[in-house]
Formats: sequence, C-alpha cells, structure tokens
Amino acid sequence: MQRFILSKKNQITLIGGILIIIGFASELIYKNEIIALWSLAIASVLGLAPIAIQAYQALKVKVVSIEVLVTIAVVGAFLIRNLEESAIVTFLFLFGAYLEQRTLNKTRSAIKELTEMAPESALKLMENGEFEEVEVDEVDVGDVLLVKTGAKIPVDGTVLTGEGYINEASITGESLPLSKEKGLGVYAGTILENGTLQIVAERVGEDTTFGKIIELVEEAQDSKSEAERFINKFSKYYTPAVLVLAIVVWLFSRDIELAITILVLGCPGALVIGVPVSNVAGIGNGAQHGVLLKGSEVIHDFSRVDTMVFDKTGTLTIGNPKVADKRMYGGNTDEVLAYLVSVEKESDHPLAKAVIEYIGETKTYIVEKTDVVKGGGIVAYVEGHRVAVGNVALMEEEQVHLNEQAHEDIKKLEANGNSLVLTSVDGELKVLMGIRDRVRPGVKEDLQKLKKLGVKNLVVLSGDNQGTVDLVASELGLTEAHGHMLPENKAAYVEDLIAKGQVVAFIGDGVNDSPSLAIAQIGIAMGSGTDVAIETSDVVLMNSDFSRLPHALGLTKATANNMRQNIFIAVGVVLFLLASVFFSEWMNMSIGMLVHEGSILVVILNGMRLLRYKLKY
Amino acid sequence: MKKATIQLESLACPSCVLKIENAMKSLKGVDKESVKVLFNSSKAKFDFDEEEVSLKEAEDAITALGYEVKKAQAKDK
Repeated sequence: MQRFILSKKNQITLIGGILIIIGFASELIYKNEIIALWSLAIASVLGLAPIAIQAYQALKVKVVSIEVLVTIAVVGAFLIRNLEESAIVTFLFLFGAYLEQRTLNKTRSAIKELTEMAPESALKLMENGEFEEVEVDEVDVGDVLLVKTGAKIPVDGTVLTGEGYINEASITGESLPLSKEKGLGVYAGTILENGTLQIVAERVGEDTTFGKIIELVEEAQDSKSEAERFINKFSKYYTPAVLVLAIVVWLFSRDIELAITILVLGCPGALVIGVPVSNVAGIGNGAQHGVLLKGSEVIHDFSRVDTMVFDKTGTLTIGNPKVADKRMYGGNTDEVLAYLVSVEKESDHPLAKAVIEYIGETKTYIVEKTDVVKGGGIVAYVEGHRVAVGNVALMEEEQVHLNEQAHEDIKKLEANGNSLVLTSVDGELKVLMGIRDRVRPGVKEDLQKLKKLGVKNLVVLSGDNQGTVDLVASELGLTEAHGHMLPENKAAYVEDLIAKGQVVAFIGDGVNDSPSLAIAQIGIAMGSGTDVAIETSDVVLMNSDFSRLPHALGLTKATANNMRQNIFIAVGVVLFLLASVFFSEWMNMSIGMLVHEGSILVVILNGMRLLRYKLKY
Repeated sequence: MKKATIQLESLACPSCVLKIENAMKSLKGVDKESVKVLFNSSKAKFDFDEEEVSLKEAEDAITALGYEVKKAQAKDK
C-alpha cells in the first residue's frame, strides 16, 4: 500500500491540483461551500498521504526530515479547518518535488551521458568455439572476445586478429579514428568504427581505464566539501530545531496558525540542495570537456590557485629532444661515439634517447659497473676505460679539465637554450652535445589565458641548466624559472611556496614529479600513461592535453562562485521568510511553501548554467 | 566480506540519502563504516558479510522505504 501510494505520486499531485481548482472555482464562482470544502479536504488528505509515509519512514530511521515538518503543519492546518492552506501546501510540496526531480536530472545529464557510454555486452568465445553474447560482467581476464563494426570495445585488451579503426574519444578526447591491428592495445568504451577484431581481455569492469574514469567522476560528483559537510551537519540539527521553535511559539502564543506557518517556512530546502547541484553540474561540464575534477574540495582549492608550477620537459615542451649541436675534442672520434652510445643504452633518460638517435648505427661494447649519478649522468667502464656521460656538474665531480675552448662552447650552447651532454673518457673531455626540445604548440596562449584568469605566478622548474630554462621562460612569458632542480628540490620549492601562503598547483609528469604532485594543493599529472595520471592527479586532463588547463581553471572558479551564490540564495530566503512571518501581515503557509519551492528551483537552474560554461577568451 | 553496489531510482532529496544510509547501517552484517549513499549517481555502496545478511535483504530494506532498486550486484572483496 505504502509503495503503491509513493509510486503514484505524480498522479496524486495532478489530481490534487485539479481538486484545488474545483474547490476554489465552486467557492468563488458558484458559491457552493460544500463542494469547495469537500474537494479541498480530499486534496489535502490525498496529497498528504505520500508525504506522511515518507515522514514516517524517516522517523523510523531517526531522521527528522522536511516531510516530518510538512506533515505536522498540514495536519495542524487541517485540524483548525484551514483547508485551503492544507490543500495548497501539500500540492506545492509535491509539485515542487516533481520539478526538482526533473531539473535535477538535467544537471546530472552530462555525467549520465558519460556513464552510459560504458559497454554492456560482449561477444565471448565459448568452449564450443562459438561466440555468444554475454553481459560485460561475465567477461573475465583472458577471455577472447569478438568486436564487430559499430560496437563498443567491452574491455581493455590486446588485438589478437583482425584490423580496424577505433574512435578513442571516450578515453582520450581525440576523435580521429586510430588504426588497430594485431598486438596493439584497445580500451573499453571506445568504438570500433570500421573492421572486425578479436581481442583478448586484460582488464575488465572497474579495472579498465574507462571504468576508473567513471568511478572517479561518480565519486567526485558526490564528494563533499568542508562547507557541504557543515551544511549537512547543520541541517541535521536544523530541522529538529525548527520543530522545537514551532512548539515553543505555540506554547507561548497559543496560536496554532503561527506555529504551523513556522514549520513550513523553516524548511531548509534550497540549502541542502544548492551546493550538490553546483558540484554535479560543474563536474559534468568538465567531463564533457576532457577535464576530470576529483570532487568539490578540488574545485574549491583549484579555484583559489595563484601560483602554478610547471615541470619543463614533457609538460611545457614536447618532451622529444633532438641533438642540435655537437663539438668533438681530441681524436679517435668513432671509438668515442661508440663508447658514448654503449653507455647511453643503459639509460632511459630522454636525453640519452636523443643521443642514440642522433649517432645512429655504430659498434657497441659491453658496459660494466654502470653507476647512475642522480641529477648528473652515468659513469661506467667500457673496454677498461672510465667513461662519464652527463652534465657539467658530473664533469667537475669526475675532475675532468675543461679548457678555454670548451668553456666558451658550453656558454654559447647554454645561451641558445640547449641542454648539455658531455662525455669524458678516462678523465678527458671528448664530446659536447647540445640538445634542444621544442615547446608544445599553443602552450604560450594557454599560459596567457591562465594569467587572465588570475594566476599571478607561473613558475618553471627543471633539472636542466639555467640557460635552457631561462630561454623557455622568456619564450613563454613565465614569471620565474629555476634550473638544476632535482625532484626533491622541486618538492622543497613547492613546500616553500605553500609555507608563504600561496595556493599552488603543480603540473608535471606523474613518475619523477610525484613528490611535488603530492605536496602541492593541486597536482596535475601529464603523461600518456592515463592510469598514472588518473591516480596521481587531483585534476585529470584527458589525453594529457595542456590546452584543457585554462578551461579547468575557469570552470572551477565558475563552480565555486555558483556554490556561493546558491548558499547565499538559500540562507537569504530562509531568513527573509522567518523575518516576514514575525514582522508582516501577508505571510502565510501557502506563500511560504511557494517561495521555498521557488528558491529550490532557482538554485537548481542557477547550477544548470554551469553545464553550458565556456571559457571566454 | 562482499562489496555491494545498488543502483537506485534517481534520488531527489538529500534526506533520502540519510534515510537509506541509516537503513543500511541498521542491517546486521553490514559494515557500518563502509555505507555510502551517493546522491547524484543514486547509488548505495557498502560492504557486507554474506553469512549474516544477503544482498536481497538489503534490497528489500530499500524498497520498503519506497525507493526502487534498479540493479544490485555484489563482488568479492
């Protein structure tokens, strides 16, 4: 019975509305008091039923909900025979709830669109050798799946046979289809636009990249900020407090009308819904623009950022450095280059890759006793010779003598923005290489936008020499540049900024810079490994797309503002209503309920504006 | 211990969250600390001991409150 009534809430609302019209019409036009009385009475009782049931259920689990207040108020109005009030209040409450549900669904639509992209079924290879359609939950790691043109890839896996074009927009934001063939990785939630593939499942369900993104966004939209937790705690005591206030007023004034009016006016409606609505709309907008915000605390912090600290290589620059200049000292060139390549092959440093690529085909030797000097380079033995490859500091440590010519070359290359790789054999300088990396296209404009959004300090920190870092900084218009920084130096620098009271966002790669990412109030990991980026970042930029950073910042500012507006509206309305019940003549239950429901819709509509937010510049 | 995820009809009032949360916490065998009702995604998540309480019982407790259960699943932890 209870469930039946609750499920017919919309119909009850409609009937209630019609009955109220009949009631008023017969009273005002036909002067038929009896019909008016009856229709309003029926509307009251009918409309109260679902509210009272919910109130009862709330009380059963020890919650004094809004429904409890409304139920008492309506029963009170009914008992003092104020049927117009009781009918209108129940109707407005139900109709308001209906509109609330409708508009709320709109604010959630952005995220819903995302979650609906999750694959639901898969064609799985069964023991009999046939492919059969199963629910995606039934796919295990190692299963072989068939994907046909137009279908979603159900899991993360590797192509076994076949080829095709896949649209990976749901993961990377890049909508240009990618060609996939045997051995290449495919991701759940992406769409096979053309072709047929057999894939083997490697990660399923929530473990897939797409699953993680969905979980992140879902948790984020319901995460609570400090302010929201406060409001929730507040409303837990607020509703009982309103009840007590009404009873006290009744005891002192013996005015039931006044007491029940207070019950209705005191409802905290817009207050509890205002902040979550802004939150969900803001996060939804982000999800559609390739920006994943991990919750409302992140929105709050990021909107206040005044200092952004960037790693250089791979963040501001493309991260694919090339050798631009080479100087040789002393003879035996081929032999030295062969030593150099042999040692560099031990390293996965980006500069080492550039060196190997530049020298190309050469003889290689067995390398022994490799010692990686942190922030310096590598020292190893090749053919009995001690070979050191690294920066100037390493050469000094190795007590390599740098003659005047070398000093001059070093200065010149540094000034041109090169990173330096020096090679010594048995303590003698042999090769000097200048390696350069290009800045990412569009980064300069993006940084300008960040400045316009109110970021005061744009800082670059790098392990590279000061010359290179300075050049990048002046090219991009950064405010500060510091070279020769090890990961721990960077972290200490960030800590220092925070101690000075600045709100710092650090943007760097998720592996080397993880200490800084963790220390900064906001950490944003770049890097093509989406998994690392998702786990370590507070704000995830899909496909590590730098150009989404200004949108992310602008959006968090707009969202934080929106929350403040909603809190202001909600608190303002309650204060206004409570004040007017004591100081004005015209306030009654119906108007109070109308204003309440109105304010709830206003905060929801205000939140919905965020769905359309776009950066202005 | 199993981890349950229950997809509900879309929740409209924040006090529904409190109701469902308290209802789940009052079930014997449900880990009180783990109960989390997500308002915007309209999901209830909690850990439970399958020897003391079944997923079905949790579903029934929610439907008894008047909320529709759309999908329920439990996974080993």
